[in-house]
Amino acid sequence: MEFEAVIGLEVHAQLLTNSKAFCSCTTKFGSAPNSNTCPICLGMPGSLPVLNSKALDYTVLMALACNCRINEVSRFARKNYYYPDLPKNYQISQYELPVAEHGWLDVDLVSGTKRIGITRIHMEEDAGKLIHDEKKSVSYVDLNRTGVPLIEIVSEPDMRTAEEAAAYLRSLRSILVYLGICDGNMEEGSFRCDANVSIRPRGRQALGTKTELKNMNSFKNVQKGLEYEIERHTEILTDGGTIVQETRLFDPSSGSTVSMRSKEQAHDYRYFPDPDLLPLKVEPELVEKMKKAMPELPRAKRDRFIKDFGIPEYDASVLTAERPLAQFFEDTVAIFANPKAVSNWIMTEFMRAAKGQDSGLISSPVNPANLAKLLGMIEDGTISGKIGKTVFEEMWGTGKAPDDIVREKGLVQVSDVSELTKVIAKILADNPKEVSRYLAGKTQLLAFFVGQTMRATRGKANPQLVNEILTVELDKLKN
Amino acid sequence: MKITLDQVDYVAALGRLALSREEKMKFMGQLDDVLKYMDTLSAVPTDNVEPMAGPVELFTPMRDDTVNPSLLIEEALANAPASDGSSFLVPKIIE
Repeated sequence: MEFEAVIGLEVHAQLLTNSKAFCSCTTKFGSAPNSNTCPICLGMPGSLPVLNSKALDYTVLMALACNCRINEVSRFARKNYYYPDLPKNYQISQYELPVAEHGWLDVDLVSGTKRIGITRIHMEEDAGKLIHDEKKSVSYVDLNRTGVPLIEIVSEPDMRTAEEAAAYLRSLRSILVYLGICDGNMEEGSFRCDANVSIRPRGRQALGTKTELKNMNSFKNVQKGLEYEIERHTEILTDGGTIVQETRLFDPSSGSTVSMRSKEQAHDYRYFPDPDLLPLKVEPELVEKMKKAMPELPRAKRDRFIKDFGIPEYDASVLTAERPLAQFFEDTVAIFANPKAVSNWIMTEFMRAAKGQDSGLISSPVNPANLAKLLGMIEDGTISGKIGKTVFEEMWGTGKAPDDIVREKGLVQVSDVSELTKVIAKILADNPKEVSRYLAGKTQLLAFFVGQTMRATRGKANPQLVNEILTVELDKLKN
Repeated sequence: MKITLDQVDYVAALGRLALSREEKMKFMGQLDDVLKYMDTLSAVPTDNVEPMAGPVELFTPMRDDTVNPSLLIEEALANAPASDGSSFLVPKIIE
């Protein structure tokens, strides 16, 4: 029997506010354990939560970007469970009435565009962090993260393959980062994904029993975890077995999933409206304000790049994946109006260099003006493309302007015909054996002579001129 | 009775409550009263009544996204049954 998978994703994104969701403690990452806590996020009796308005702004912004309907009135609810990372024994979340519902995103796949439904987007608070001691029988609780604002984005079970799930996830992350409301860091946990997966015979409507997958902290692991789980379901059903509804952890070292028994019991969160928080009103003015604040989103930018700059779709997708990169491209093209040349350089030399540093483009030592200047020098023949790469490395290493580097290092391309002819005459005289083989018909040896000439000029010779002069000089020797 | 003893045990377990036999019987009666009261409420005709998000006509106030000083670590840990001066300590949680 042929099966198809049904996948829905729950994504948690940490919002980039300065203070926590319901108290004024800082959200700063990496402070000493328990130094960013107060009676509210510690869950002390008598303390009262007050919502951070920025967290609501960001939620509305994301809801609009995901084409959601925004509920003018929503409610906070308590999700009750006992775990040491949750000092109140409940998490402030939203249940029946989330901020936003009924949205969708168009996701680009190899096979075309697919629309993935978004069930809801709601606000909630993060839990603390547990650190386990290998040697002692204790766990350490750090409550700095407790109360940091999150949004949970729940998709419809619209995805049919692990690739579709990964593409949807990439697109969500890209939008969150474009909006500047989440740093999108999966390794550090500010962008997390749980997946619900089941399979059913192809063509059947009814859903099979699902399992929930956790602990996939990279795009690659989400795809691997889902592929493993789909395979596991298929084997069980093919052998006539039944799927147990449970939560499973992805183990990156083995690439498999294991049952998470501790969470099987008591999946009963007894949600009820939080009596400490009145209903939340999203004023139409706020929605209008956020609509105006909406930046150009990745897909729209990509389509504009293709249309306005005439670059291939692949280039446009790569360049618009991150907003600073897209900005860098546009700023460079504004000065050096050859979009394809700029795109080629950014996608190769520039991205290779930027990959090596954590801060990425933000603190790039090469700015658009200098990259444009470098490309201009290659175009007008001041330097060769090959030397351009050397100059670029130097620019990245020192932050200097390309013309300064070329001047200081004497890298200006030699385009003087008489000078090059002199160099070439010497090379031909020094290599009589190769010359006679060339004349005997082994014309591939031209590359050898070009190489020798480039070496003699330390790469500064104009390669096109070298080719032309060599052909002429060798022709002269034919008779 | 609208509620069974098993349900009382289940709710008690969720709330981490260890109840004696007498307490269970007592709470079973009280929970039953609560459920009966819901039946009374259900009997009220509400066909033409707008659903409410809450009992008061007020909405939650909000604060600006500004950071204020947190507690000192020793203050945060002051009520902890066990700590190492930096973290709360709990019996080891094994996943």
